[in-house]
Amino acid sequence: MSTATLAAASLNLEPANESGMDQLLEIAMGPQHPSTHGVFRMNVVLDGERVVRLKPVFGYLHRNHEKIAENETYLGSMPYTDRLDYMCPLTNNWAYALAVEKLAGIQVPERAEYLRVITGELTRLQNHTCLIGFLMQDMGASGTPLMYAFRQREIILDLFEALTGARMMCNYMRFGGCRVDLPAGWLDQAKKVVAGFPRFLDEYESLLVSNEILMDRTQDVGVLSKELAISAGISGPMARASGVDYDIRKVDHYSIYDRFAFRVPLGSHGDVYDRFMIRLLEMRESVNILQQAMRDIPEGPIVDPKTKIRGFRPKPGEAYGRIEGPKGELGFYLVSDGSPNPYRYRVRPPSLINLTILEDLCLGRNVADIVVILGSIDIVMGEVDR
Amino acid sequence: MNLEAIKSEIEANVPGCRLELIANPSPSGQHSLLLDAEHASAVALYLRDTPNLRFDFCSNITGIDWPGKEVSQKIKVRKLVDGVEQEVEETRITTIPGSLEVVYHLYSVEKKHGPIVLRMRTKDRDAGVHLPSFTPIWRSAELQEREIFDLFGVLFDGHPDLRRLLMWDEFQDYPMRRDYVDPDDYEYEPTAHDAVLQRARQHLSQANPVQPSEGEAR
Repeated sequence: MSTATLAAASLNLEPANESGMDQLLEIAMGPQHPSTHGVFRMNVVLDGERVVRLKPVFGYLHRNHEKIAENETYLGSMPYTDRLDYMCPLTNNWAYALAVEKLAGIQVPERAEYLRVITGELTRLQNHTCLIGFLMQDMGASGTPLMYAFRQREIILDLFEALTGARMMCNYMRFGGCRVDLPAGWLDQAKKVVAGFPRFLDEYESLLVSNEILMDRTQDVGVLSKELAISAGISGPMARASGVDYDIRKVDHYSIYDRFAFRVPLGSHGDVYDRFMIRLLEMRESVNILQQAMRDIPEGPIVDPKTKIRGFRPKPGEAYGRIEGPKGELGFYLVSDGSPNPYRYRVRPPSLINLTILEDLCLGRNVADIVVILGSIDIVMGEVDR
Repeated sequence: MNLEAIKSEIEANVPGCRLELIANPSPSGQHSLLLDAEHASAVALYLRDTPNLRFDFCSNITGIDWPGKEVSQKIKVRKLVDGVEQEVEETRITTIPGSLEVVYHLYSVEKKHGPIVLRMRTKDRDAGVHLPSFTPIWRSAELQEREIFDLFGVLFDGHPDLRRLLMWDEFQDYPMRRDYVDPDDYEYEPTAHDAVLQRARQHLSQANPVQPSEGEAR
């Protein structure tokens, strides 16, 4: 008996014939695998190189964020939200603040809305650049694209540090506004960064978009149909790559996105290449929004003075607030019973729900394609496992 | 989007369904519809497929635990006290049974409206925790219902693959319930190392039982 047959026997997988050539092999990709972007495991059953079954295994980073938040005051959870999707702390803050503002009926001053849009769109820029860098890394373009992305991300993180005091754990938003106003010279620096961004995008695009290897590895790989995308609750760039015309910035009219002219790029094939292209195009639109927002930002207060910080108790009731996060629809659902802690606190994690269709995309593909498909979904385990 | 109108529309088209409008006093104004478990799937299908509604996007599903509670009420009763009829104040305790609630937030990608909030309640928190699964209607329910099963212990009938999502399969309790108590030890498979330590501790205490020293205040 060969070793392979022994392994198959121990997994209760019957070889299809005596020669043992058609047998199935079960392998565990992860939790410590360089392509899984954290501690995430996929139990893959292979027929040769072809994927027959794929079951994702979650929970390695589970710390029950929701339970922690229920034992914490409303504001006390704000720093925890940074740790959900640690690539985009500011949009997490924003979604949570938005949900609480809906729950308690808080108005946000004009300038604070602009600050939110500026920091939120900067977050989107750095998330998308890094995602593309990681995707290239997963595909074997070792180093260069990722380092280009990280160079650009560093500049944006410097802006975050100057504004909030932290590069990643920003804890910047407050209910009814933001924590601190812009430091002197910040806006000029940010304008410079944003003005330089299209040049970086041009460079990045000329390196990647028509690269033959990239096209070969990504086109017609992991095709997600429009119908399945809607039914499976796929949101964000992932859904738009499949042609789902749904951008919460346009649909919900939250914050002040109505004031900015920007387009929503849509894909037509729903494959990995479209997902990659959508992110590139979205970055250009984000640059557009940023330029308009930084031109129009008014002076004024940055936080609603009527909102109490100590003894903040929303009246009993519930609210679901959501924003278009860089990864998809990021929502917070809160139930208040009138006490200082939320009775129920729920995060709607776009990363987790976008993983619903992972098996559908990978069936029949090679192992190397799993890596690329997973990379194009854009997950952060801090948010998937919460 | 008028929830009252949607409610009467559903009631007219799904025979036998019992809907209840749950008002939300918060400024968010997101009122919800309480479905009965029996007709829930039919109502969900109606909401998804009717051309003027088309709630094709089930965004968020979550559970809420409402443990049973005792409410004490002071009421005045007329009673014979020492042969004289008097008005006496009495405390009456009523028990409100607990339940697990599942909340759905639906949107429409096609019509770009929403949200509509649906909820369902289980009969109790022990044996009657069954609710119909919405996974056949919206795929996005697949992982979210698994999470609710994992953390709250709601059993979704008709779910194709109802396993724990975040906790490990051998875990017993439901961590998001309000009356959950942390286990003493999170190690799900006690290692030999622990057993050896425990034996050593037992051995030590038998060989050299700890005596309270005399001067120590107990």
